[in-house]
This record gives sequence, C-alpha cells and structure tokens, in this order.
Amino acid sequence: MSKELLLTLTWLVPFPPIIAFMLIALFANKHRSLTTAIAVGGMVLTTLFSFIIFFNVAGSYKLGAAPLRSQFAWIPTGSTTFNVGVAVDPLSAAFLFMVPLAATLIFIYSTSYMGNDPRYTRFMGYLSLFAGSMMGLVVSDNLLSLFIFWELMGFCSYSLIGFFYNKPSAYRAAVKAFMTTRIGDMLLVMGMVYLYSQTGTLNFFDTMRNEEVLHHLAATPAVIPGMTAASLIGLLIFGGTVGKSAQFPLHVWLPDAMEGPTPVSAMIHAATMVSAGIFMALRFFPLYESAAHVGDTTAFTVIGWIGATTALLGALIAVGQYDIKRVLAYSTISQLGFMVAAIGIGGYIAAAFHLLTHAFFKALLFLGSGSVIHGVEHGHHHLHAHGHDNHGGHGHDDHGHGHDDHGHGHDDAHAQAAFDPQDMRNMGGLWSRMPVTFVTFTIGGLALMGAPFITAGFWSKDEILAHAYHGMTHGNPLATVVFWTLCIAAVLTAFYTARQIFMTFAGEPRTEAAAHATENPAAMTVPLIVLAFFALTVGYMNIPSDFEFAYIRFGAIAKGFGIDHWFGHFIEGMLPVPEVLPKFDPTPVAFSVGIFLFGGLLGLIFYGLKPLKAGETDPVENLGGIFTALNNRLYFDELYRKLFINPLQRFADSYSGNVDKGFIDVFLHAAYTVLSDIAEVFKWFDKKVVTGTSDLVGNVFRRVGHEGRELQTGQVQNYLLSALIAAVVMMVFFLVFQ
Amino acid sequence: MIPNILSILTFLPLLGMVLVLLTPDRAKSTIRWGSVLFSLLPLALSIMLWAGYNTKQGGFQFVEKAVWFPQINSTYHLGVDGISLPLVVLTCFLTPLAMLMSFTVEKSVRAFFALFFLLETATLGVFVSLDLIVFFLFYELSLVPMYFLISVWGGANRKYASFKFMLYTIAASLGMLLSIQVVGLASKSFDLTYLLSAAGRPFTGNNQVNILFADGGVWKTVAFWAFAIAFALKVPIWPLHTWLPDAHTEAPTGGSMMLAGILLKLGGYGFLRLVIPLFPETAGQYAFVLAIFAMLSIVLGAFAAWGQNDFKKLVAYSSVNHMGWVALGIAVTASAFTPEVDAHATSKLHALAVFAGADPHAPVKDTLSPIIGAGGAMLQMITHGLSSAAMFAMVGIVYERAHTRDLTKLGGLWNIMPRYGAALIFCAMGSLGLPGLAGFVSEFLLIRSGWAVFTGLTALSLIGLLVTGIYILKSLQKVLHGPLGHEWAHHPLSDMNWTEVLAVAPLMIAMLILGIAPAIVMNLINLGVSKLFG
Repeated sequence: MSKELLLTLTWLVPFPPIIAFMLIALFANKHRSLTTAIAVGGMVLTTLFSFIIFFNVAGSYKLGAAPLRSQFAWIPTGSTTFNVGVAVDPLSAAFLFMVPLAATLIFIYSTSYMGNDPRYTRFMGYLSLFAGSMMGLVVSDNLLSLFIFWELMGFCSYSLIGFFYNKPSAYRAAVKAFMTTRIGDMLLVMGMVYLYSQTGTLNFFDTMRNEEVLHHLAATPAVIPGMTAASLIGLLIFGGTVGKSAQFPLHVWLPDAMEGPTPVSAMIHAATMVSAGIFMALRFFPLYESAAHVGDTTAFTVIGWIGATTALLGALIAVGQYDIKRVLAYSTISQLGFMVAAIGIGGYIAAAFHLLTHAFFKALLFLGSGSVIHGVEHGHHHLHAHGHDNHGGHGHDDHGHGHDDHGHGHDDAHAQAAFDPQDMRNMGGLWSRMPVTFVTFTIGGLALMGAPFITAGFWSKDEILAHAYHGMTHGNPLATVVFWTLCIAAVLTAFYTARQIFMTFAGEPRTEAAAHATENPAAMTVPLIVLAFFALTVGYMNIPSDFEFAYIRFGAIAKGFGIDHWFGHFIEGMLPVPEVLPKFDPTPVAFSVGIFLFGGLLGLIFYGLKPLKAGETDPVENLGGIFTALNNRLYFDELYRKLFINPLQRFADSYSGNVDKGFIDVFLHAAYTVLSDIAEVFKWFDKKVVTGTSDLVGNVFRRVGHEGRELQTGQVQNYLLSALIAAVVMMVFFLVFQ
Repeated sequence: MIPNILSILTFLPLLGMVLVLLTPDRAKSTIRWGSVLFSLLPLALSIMLWAGYNTKQGGFQFVEKAVWFPQINSTYHLGVDGISLPLVVLTCFLTPLAMLMSFTVEKSVRAFFALFFLLETATLGVFVSLDLIVFFLFYELSLVPMYFLISVWGGANRKYASFKFMLYTIAASLGMLLSIQVVGLASKSFDLTYLLSAAGRPFTGNNQVNILFADGGVWKTVAFWAFAIAFALKVPIWPLHTWLPDAHTEAPTGGSMMLAGILLKLGGYGFLRLVIPLFPETAGQYAFVLAIFAMLSIVLGAFAAWGQNDFKKLVAYSSVNHMGWVALGIAVTASAFTPEVDAHATSKLHALAVFAGADPHAPVKDTLSPIIGAGGAMLQMITHGLSSAAMFAMVGIVYERAHTRDLTKLGGLWNIMPRYGAALIFCAMGSLGLPGLAGFVSEFLLIRSGWAVFTGLTALSLIGLLVTGIYILKSLQKVLHGPLGHEWAHHPLSDMNWTEVLAVAPLMIAMLILGIAPAIVMNLINLGVSKLFG
C-alpha cells in the first residue's frame, strides 16, 4: 500500500472512537443498542485501520530507519511554528497491533458485563474516548500531542474509576488516581518545557533520533549542578512514567483504581494507561543512553532502582491481598517494575517485549477476574432471590446491574454489605462451575508466573533476566541489583499467582454464592479465549535464534518459521545505536525455569494439594505481623496522608482566613481607618475654619470616611463625581506647570 | 468595510442602553430578550473586524483619529491590533451570554440591562483607544456599572464588597492618572503610536520631566510603578487581590462573568499595551519582582481556592491562580528588556536556545521566550475569559436552584441534574487546563517561556498547577458526586433550562475549538506580540 494512504490511515486512527464518544454523549445517550453499535463500530474501525498499517509495515526491518511521518503547524510562536503530527515507527507499529486488539475485546466484553447498568451509555462513551486517546498517543510524533492524549486518558480513567460516583470509595479513588498521576505529570511538564527550550522542538525524530541534538543535550550542563541536561530532562520526563505507570513512590493510586468497573481495570492495566507510561519512557530511551555515554548514569541508576524497588514491593504486597482484583493490581505494579528496571539497565527490547506480552495476559486476567466476580455475584443474586421471600421482588430486577456497586447504592444494601464477591475467601471450586473462565484465567496466570516455553510471559521475562544477567557478569553493579531483586520478585509472582488460581478455582466452594456461580455468556468468554491464545503465543515472535534449552533448539524452530527474534530486529530500528544482543546463555534460562518451579511449587503445596476450606485461615496469615503489614499495603497511604496531604490541606483551609482576611485586609482596613480619621480632621476644619464654603478635597475625604465607616454607599455617585473633579483639577494643575 | 467601524462598535451598546431605558420596566422579557438580541449586533461587528483584519500587514488597523482636546494634545484615536482585537471579540462574545445568565434578575430589570450595555461600551473603549486620556476615561467608566451591579444586585455582603472594589480601584486609578500626566509632560502627547515611536518615547532624548526632581529618572520610576500597581491590582496579583474574592462572590452571576471574563483582562492588557512598551528598561529591571508575585499568585491562589467551601469563592480564587500565569508571561516578556538579561542572552540563554529556530546549527538568541510569554499571556486571558465565565455561570445555575453555594451542603447532584453534571465537568476541566480544551495551550506556552527565563519560579508555580487539580476535583466531587443529600431528594432541583444551555454552550464550544485549533486566535495574537516584542 502506498505511503500516502498509510499516512492518511494513521491520521484517522484515533478518530473513530473519539467521534463515537461525541455521538454517544450528544445523541445516543438514551439508546443502549445504538450506543453499542456506535462504540463497538468505532473501535472495530480503528482496529481495521491499525491492522492495515501494522501488516503493511511489519514485514520490513527498515521501518526504524525510515518511519512514516506527517505533520502540520499547530501554534505560531514568533517567527517559528510548533508542529504536531503523526508517525509510524516500529514502537508505534507494535502498539497499533496490541492496543486496538485488546481494546476491541474489552469493548465486546463490556457490552455484556455492563449491559444492564443504568448508565451503560455513559460507560461506553468514556471507554471510547479512553481507547481513542490511547490510539492518539500511540501515533503522536511529538511529546506535546502525546501529552494531550496522555492527559485525556487521565481524565477518562478519573471518570471511569469514579463511575459509581455515589459511592465515596469510588470518587475518592478517582481523585486519588488523578492527583497522584498529576504529580508525575508536573515533572513531565517540566521535562517537556526544558526539552523544548533547549531544542526548539518536541518532535521525537528531531530530538531522540537526531545525533546532534542528543550530543548537545549530553554536553550541556543541567540547571542542577553535576548533571547533564540530557539526564535531567530524561528524569523529569520519566517522572511522568512514575505517575502513569504506578511506580514507587507514586504507585498508590493503581490498586484503588479497581473501584471502577472491571473492564476499566483491564483497560487501565493492560491496553492503555500504565502501558502509556512505559511507552513514553521507551521513546526517551536515547536520552538516557546519550547521558550515560558521557558518563552521567544518574538517569539509568534512578530508573533501575525505582523499577527494581517497585517490582519487589508490588510482588510482596500482592501476597497479602484477598481481593481478586487487588492481587492483580499489585501484580501489574510489580510487572511494570520489571519493565522499568529493564529500561534502567539498558534493555530496551526486553522492556518493550514484556510490555506487549504483559498487556495480553493482564487484560486476560482482569477480564477473567471480572467473569469470576460476575459469576459469583450471579450466584449470590440467585441465592438471594430464592432464599429470602420477603426480598423476592428485588432479586431479578437487580440481577446484573450495578454489580460493581456492591455494598452501596442498592436498595438492598444491607443484605449485600456482608458479602464481597471480589474476596477470594468467598470463592473456591469454581473450576467446574465456570470452566472457560477457569482455563483461560489459568493460562493468563501461567503466563504471569512465566511458565517455561508455553507462555508468552516466560519469553519476555526471561529476556529481561537474561539482559540483567549479562550486565551483572559484565561488571554493571546496577544490573546485579536488578537481577537478584527481579529473581525474588519473580518467585513471589509465581507464588501469589498460584495462590490466586488455587484459592479461586480449586477445591470446594466456600460460600453458597460460589456454589451457585455460573459461566457467563459468549460475549464475555470469547474475548477471554482470544486473549488466552495471544497470552500463549505472542512470545514466539522474539525467540533468540540461538536459543536452546534441554536439547531443544527453540531458536532453530522459530527460524524455520522465519520469526526468530523478529520483534527485536523490528524494534531496534528505534535506537540510534542498535542494541548489542548478548550471545545466548543458558544460565538465566535455568533461573527462569527454576523460579517458576520454586514459586509454583510453594503455591501448590500450600494451596493446591489441600485447598482452603470454608472457615479455614489462609496459610499466609501465619506470617503474623508481616502479613498484617502486607495486607495493609505497607502503610503507604497512611504515611502519605500524614506527611503530605494533611499538612497541605490544613494550610489550604487556613490560608484565606489567616493571610487574606487576617493579614492583608487588616492592613487595608487600618490604612482606611487612618484615611477616614484624616477626613475627620478635614471635616472639623471644614466646619470650623472654612465655614460655609465647601472644600473640594476635604469633601472627598469626608465622604469617603463617612461612607466607609458606616458601610453605606448610597452616595457614591457624588463621591465618584468628586473623584473625577479632583482628577480634572490635578490635570489642570499639571498643565499649568507645563 | 464600514467606515468608523470602531466608533460604531464602541458606542453601539449605548444605543442599546437608551432603547432599554425607553422600554417600560414592566416589560421584563422584552427587555431581557431585546437586550440579548441587540448585543448580537456588536458581536457581529466584532466578528467583521476579526475577519477584516489584514494579517499580512499587521499593526494597528481600522484606525480613526479626530481632534478632541487640542489644548493638551490629546486626540480621539482608535485602532486595534493583534493584542486588542481578540479581547474586543471576547467582550462582545461574553456580553450576550452574561445577559442570558441574568434572566433571573427580577429587581429593576431595566436598570440592570442598561448598566450592562454601559459596561460593554466602557470595556470596548479601553481596548480600542490609542490615546492615554481616552483610555483612562473608558477605564474609569468601566468601574461605574460594575460598582452598581454589585451594590444593587449583589449578595448579602454586597455593600462591603462593592465599596472595597470601588475604593481599591479608584485609589489605583489616581496613581495611573498621575503616570499618564507624567508621560504626557515628558513627551508632550498622549497619543500611543507617537509615544511608541522613536521620537516620542517618554524619558528618552528630550522627552524628560524635571519638575520637583532634577533627575528625570525618578519620575520615570514613579510613573512605572503607578502604572504597574494599577494594573497589577486589576489582574489581580497577590497581595493586591483581596478585593476580588469579595467582589466576585457578591456580584450577581452575570456581573461575575463580566468581571472575571473581561474586567480582569484590563490589567493584563494594560501591562502589554502600556507598561512594557512605555517603560521597557524599567519593566525589565523589575521583571523578577513581577515574576515572584506571579508565582505567589499562582500558588497561594490555588491553595486559597482549595480551602474554600463556598463554591463561588472557590471559583473566584481560581481567577487569582489563573491570572497569576498571565502575570508570569508578562514578566518573561518584560525580562527581555533588562540590560542584564541581554548579557545573559548572549551567554546562558544563548546556549539554551541553540536549536531554537529553523536551522539547528545557526546560533539563535533567545528572542522566542518573550514572544511566547506574551502570546501565552494573551491566550491565557482569552481562555480564562471563557472558562471563568463558564464556571461562574455554572455556580449561578446551582445557586439559583439550591439557594446555597455551600459545598458541604451540595452533593450527588449529578443524579438529578445530568445535563448540568456533564456541563460542569466540561467547564471545570476547561478551567483545570485539560489538554484538548483551551486552557492547556496557553498554560503550556507560559510554562515554556517561564522555564527559559525564571526556571526556579516556574518550577514552584507548578505546585500551583498541581493544586489547581485539587480544587477543581474538590468542587466536582462536592457538587456532583456522593449520595444525594436529603434536602435535594425532597426538593428535586430541575436540570439546566434552555436559556442556561444557550448561555453556557457557546463557551464550551469555544473552549473546545480553541483547545483543538488554537491557531485561530494565536495567529492574530502572535502577529501582535511579535510586532511589539520581537
């Protein structure tokens, strides 16, 4: 297909969902099936455009050297202009495959999952805007328009997390998500304007693919002494990633984000929000590298440490959670930490690869957890409708809608408050009741654990570990830290995932609701099956040619299909200097396999062989204080509240009373009193001395004083007239002098 | 093009005022709809101006000049350029919308709408006049209708608020009048185009004042400060802002819309039109002072807004926060004229901007930041005019129904007012500077220009931008979210009616269009600021 046509399609990519949002908001907000048609139709159209572009460019490794670009002048700035445009390069091409695919499946799933919600149309509208913004972000050729879509996504996630806005926990989570990511965004804005004032452009190709600019930035000292501009700009921009991709210390918003309906979680955790953060960090990778070239490794070091810390922290906290979605939320944080750590040790390809595979299996896991919750809730309603005759009327009315709204807002809130359909302790034995969900969820779980050779998660996680191992054995101390931290985190990942699968599906049901759970309709299960397919296979696109383990020559097989290390070759065109691929080393692979077996076995021993029965305590609770701390998410929220939020809130609450009214206005009122006292003197003078004649100036002051004291301003006309006359007198005075 | 179009535009609202006064006070809806329809005429004229402005040529256009006060060399001199024309259009655009939001006024309808027309004439006069005396007369005239709008149709504490507003601004105006006299004495003219020419620039060459002080520099500094304080108070810049929350809160909805939308802009306009061009070196010398106070306005304005529980006061303080960014952009522009910064420009700024411009290899002086700063400040005035007017309208709508603005008493209203909820979220996001809506573009430009010149202060100002998010979300949460209060469950509040939609929708559309295609006005603004500060 011609380049022009592909570029036209690229321009069009973000629009169908955005237009769908507008159509739904303005015209279709009362029509459910019309909304479904518009929303899904828009998303399918975007997917079509994206796939045409992807399959046209994916065949060539030369795309990196000659990306598709198109731009126009957006704002005039003096004699220059600020241009915005679209581009297709290997990174955006890869996202043009993943994002619309995952989003379309989430859309289809949502039509069933949210189908009975009273605000269904609003939900689909926001979801469309969300997806459209992500597509716009992917095809943006410059940081400013990327940031525009980035913030639009922030708004969408705010709206969707707070979708059940009557519920205090929901709107609090929404505000928390918006504000926490906004802290990162402020750093990003600083990085952005810093880069702009240094280079005069924010275009990715004119900055990150331009040797001269990179050289200049690496040679310029930053405003902070001891750093290069390249490294400081890079870190400030990375601040945006910390917020958006929920890295320590700004990770606190993501677990709460599950207050939104489950498809939103899938959207946030896989296809859009958090991926955008890593996506942007990858775009600015050349900046960190160029700084490191001149010996300023600050950026790499900070990024590596943040990634490793987050990976471990997330995995630890996930072990102590009971909420099925919360476990997944912390696993996302942890997995994003893996990617960030990979960037920190220079593993561009590994990070991008894990980002893609993770998107598929995490979307699968979230949609799967939604399916579980839906099934269990169904069981609960079923029970409810039959168990309590006095509430019989409600059961079927309620069935299905507002299911995430559990505990609040329902007519029968008191009955629901006691039951949490997201708590894994209330589940068990679902494998036979929800077989499709069980199989697909397990596939997603295995991918997250990194089950060797058969899942996508294995290949990408192994690539990160291999990269870290290579760095460790070649004298990079940061890589040593990253390697061992990620190994521990990976063991924990395998363990908590096994725990989750066994607690949810194994053994016998621990509640009546779980016993009555039923499988969901095809609109929900088919997306799961499709995602499961990709969670298994998408890793095969990047098997190193020389990969060999236990006498099986995986690399050679992949070569036979012509896809060996395809992703690596395709994506490395993004880098000014292609990444040196280490020779294949079996040691990290042995680590990967060992990690999976060790963590998985731990899970099997504690949860698989003897599944939890109703009323039994979870074995991890035996950890005592450690468990309590993990269960309370290591008290980050409490700490932030005490350290930052409360003092700032107190300052805000007291400011206008103390400073504006209490200080500035007091001063004003005092000045005014003095003035009116002077006026009193004039008044006296007026009365006693200039009896009968009216002194104009005194009159002004007298009136000011009089009116001000009584706060009666009925005669301001006169005052104004006096002031104007006084002004004229002064004018004449000056003219006489002249 | 119609001859004397600027005069016609400026005084056309006075005809509206006369017509309103001739209508019997009982014919309320005739007055209301008649006023709105009549105010579409100036709007049409202003759009004709916009369309007819020659962007190839730039500079002052539609110029009119007539003898007016020859004894003191003051002429009736009008004209518009890229700085004043957008504000003229904004004024004509906001007036009918503010009138629509005033349909609920029941007390002396005739006088109310008459004052509105007077206000429009006064503000238009300020923007189009190119003579300092004429400028001052219109500037003062704009206070009168606003004073009455607050003191007669205002809230419970209206007397205090209107009196404070009046005294404060009059006091500052007297200083400005003094400065105008000094400038006139120095250059023997009040004509702005002459004052900005090489021959007429005050305090250069023979254009000196040496009354009372031998050193003419004293008068220059005095005149600069008197001007600067008068306009800073209008913007308003911290700590001269305390009149604003009172005046805004007490004013009727339409009055607040005009006050925030237009009258505050007189301050920013004054800086760009008069202060920096007339006193470039002095302004440059004190630019950092302005920048510091701008930063304080941004940060403290935001915190103050966060601390409010009165919806309207929250929105009022948000103006301090937003207009602080205008002041920062002005400071950046002013800084370009300091001798010190010029020295800087050849060393530090030079290094900073090596790649600015078309050819990345050509060494470029940082002439871009001052232009971006002024352009950003101008655009911010326009976008704040739209978003603050919209927010005051939204406050007015809820107050009209609930008879309270106490955020702790509202809540959950989205359940019963879906249209209002969507509109409020939209307008609040415009105020927050959500990308895609107008406020973002101007803030981006201002941060960019601020960073290049006042890096540390800009970084601090971003704390204010962070808190902007907090107070906006606070207002949304307290009004729309949460469970519906019992009070509102029993007295259901009606959703936005069509008059209100008609008043708010144009603002929303304008915010969206300017957010997506800012070049529509930026082309004009850029032309104006490039000519003045390039």
